[in-house]
Amino acid sequence: MSIEDLTPRETGGMIHPEVRAPVDESERHQDGGRLQHAEAASKPIAAPKTREPQPRGAKIRGNRPIDQGEAAERFLAAPLHQAAHDERLWDLRKKRDVSAHGIPEWEELREIASSIKAHTLSRLDTYLEQFEAAAKANGVHVHWAADGADHNRIVLEILRSHGARTLVKSKSMLTEECGFRHHMAASGIEIIETDLGERIQQLDNEEPSHIVAPAVHKTRMDVAEVFAKTLGTDPDNDDAHYLAESQRETTRPYILNADAGMTGCNFAIAETGTVVTCTNEGNADLSGNVPPLQIHSIGIEKIIPRIEDLGVFIRLLSRSALGSPITQYTSHFRGPRPGTEMHYVLVDNGRSERLGMEEFWTSLKCIRCGACMNTCPVYRRSGGLSYGATYAGPIGLIIDPTFNKRKYSTLPFSSTMNGSCTNVCPVKINIHEQIFAWRKVLAEEHQIPLLKQGMMKAAGAVLSRPAAYRAAIGTADSALRALPRFAVYNPLNTWGKKREMPDAPKQSFHAWYKQNRMAGAAKKDVS
Amino acid sequence: MSAGTRAATLAAIRRNRPAGDHPLPQVPVFAPLVADDHVAAFTEALKRMGGRVVEAGPAGDPLGHVRERLDAAKVVASAVPEHAGNRDLSAVTRPQAVDDVDVAIVRARFGIAETGSVLFTEAELVVNAVAYLAQHLVVLLDPADIVVNVQAAYKRPDFAGAAYAVLHTGPSATADIEGVLIHGAQGVRSLTVVLLPRGDVRAA
Repeated sequence: MSIEDLTPRETGGMIHPEVRAPVDESERHQDGGRLQHAEAASKPIAAPKTREPQPRGAKIRGNRPIDQGEAAERFLAAPLHQAAHDERLWDLRKKRDVSAHGIPEWEELREIASSIKAHTLSRLDTYLEQFEAAAKANGVHVHWAADGADHNRIVLEILRSHGARTLVKSKSMLTEECGFRHHMAASGIEIIETDLGERIQQLDNEEPSHIVAPAVHKTRMDVAEVFAKTLGTDPDNDDAHYLAESQRETTRPYILNADAGMTGCNFAIAETGTVVTCTNEGNADLSGNVPPLQIHSIGIEKIIPRIEDLGVFIRLLSRSALGSPITQYTSHFRGPRPGTEMHYVLVDNGRSERLGMEEFWTSLKCIRCGACMNTCPVYRRSGGLSYGATYAGPIGLIIDPTFNKRKYSTLPFSSTMNGSCTNVCPVKINIHEQIFAWRKVLAEEHQIPLLKQGMMKAAGAVLSRPAAYRAAIGTADSALRALPRFAVYNPLNTWGKKREMPDAPKQSFHAWYKQNRMAGAAKKDVS
Repeated sequence: MSAGTRAATLAAIRRNRPAGDHPLPQVPVFAPLVADDHVAAFTEALKRMGGRVVEAGPAGDPLGHVRERLDAAKVVASAVPEHAGNRDLSAVTRPQAVDDVDVAIVRARFGIAETGSVLFTEAELVVNAVAYLAQHLVVLLDPADIVVNVQAAYKRPDFAGAAYAVLHTGPSATADIEGVLIHGAQGVRSLTVVLLPRGDVRAA
């Protein structure tokens, strides 16, 4: 099957046929066919034209644990948003599958990518020194930032020393992690996001909800409302082309007049000192090539040894993220243009400490493709903002607690543990096992709510004794069959919320095996 | 202070080095996924990424198949000998000055059959920003310059030598609003590759 086989006219295979858009506005192929590269949907998807206020994210209350479930409930209570979100992300997941299955060496590539990352992380000091030396030889200024605040202070210093008043930037999860925009708000320097999705989020004063598609939780009506308020567009015109063009036209003057440009970094090449960005809009290239001062913010875990290794990662990244073979732009910044200045800011922000966490250091292999988010049933139904953290979805569950164990103590429980995240991860991070490991760590450190602690203790006692486990399973199954609804769907069973419990099998597997297979084997022995 | 941070970061990394050997794997050369006709594979791949591909025009008019685009343009910035254009890129001192360019014409260093990508460095672009600020991009590509896949591309020396190297695979695109695919998000609205061998200056 090729990607084109996911034809736009069919509603078959859709989870929510009601969000099948009546008209198809996507760009066309030179020969007339429907295009679905970049982050495009493989079939037209749109929330029905009924105004439904956009559900907002988790309530942030200082250092108190995020109540993801509460925010998820509000997302589920907005059925139009929920359905369009679920459908769109599942569509990306399906595009990813088609794309991955088109490469016979896919599994081998994942294995190699994972090994290259493990190798680099195990010698990160050496590779960072090599990267720094190469960059300096190329005429790049290199800075080291211990944490987010340090990053923001360094960038502000660079900007002030150039008398810069405006900075255009492309999307970067690292700068989100550093709270860069919030920090700069007080500095008098104007920061303009130039990625469409990120710009929508900036104008709406909201964090990105998805690593790759920051505004994926918004319908076009939401975008029309934001742009009408902030860019002065027609509030009644929610045509996606009109909205995108309005953003292009209003952003271009900022790009032309910016004193500085900034990008994030997908890969940093140790041997050449190169920063690589993978984007679809061309805004990273504008940020890096128009203003006279360019700054690239780099997480220290982004290093890979050689240019040659890029071949592996580039083949995996966009296919995993979007189902397209490559992003529209794969850009390699190695040295400044004549007469301009180029700076790298290497940011630690907890990464060097995470490296020493035996169960969790491999999360540093992450290349930020978002595949684990697209496949996660909890993420798709609750929206990225419900996590109240920079990183949402499965990868967020295992990274966020390294930043703040108390605030993100509840997140590792927002998972069905189905393991799909691990299966789609292009660098083979054992995400669901790390989610489970975090639950243990947080329980041991008393970071989890009392109710869950009690349930975990009881579960631990039962699971450690096979006979007790079998007895408990037998009881639970018959209880599910016999108990009235109010007993099963009560507030103590958080998994009963918003979902029907499965029909309990009449017989447990163990009992079935004992009755059929063991009895059969016994018969065989006799004959 | 940056020097102190540098030392502290490197020390923390050394202290926290993960156990195990973790050797750097050899990256095997995988069998090409495309057929022997690299031009056909390149063309098909680029079209799916929203790019256009046309043959070279007849003798005397090698850019004949993009003539309509060129004739409609007020400002044409050319970085190739095959077309004169009316904006001299080598005279441009500020990248902002190419914002009014309708069509930019540049030659690709090479193409990639697997993905339909073309590579430029600062040498081909003359003014890097023109490849994004122009409304439309016309790319000349010698069919002999097409490599089989991304892996083969990264074995070439171009990336280590250029200050800026970029693979374009189709035009600027976004689908950030409900998955609707839109060309010309921030960069060029269209990218057209003309399959024209190097040194074939038939216009002269």
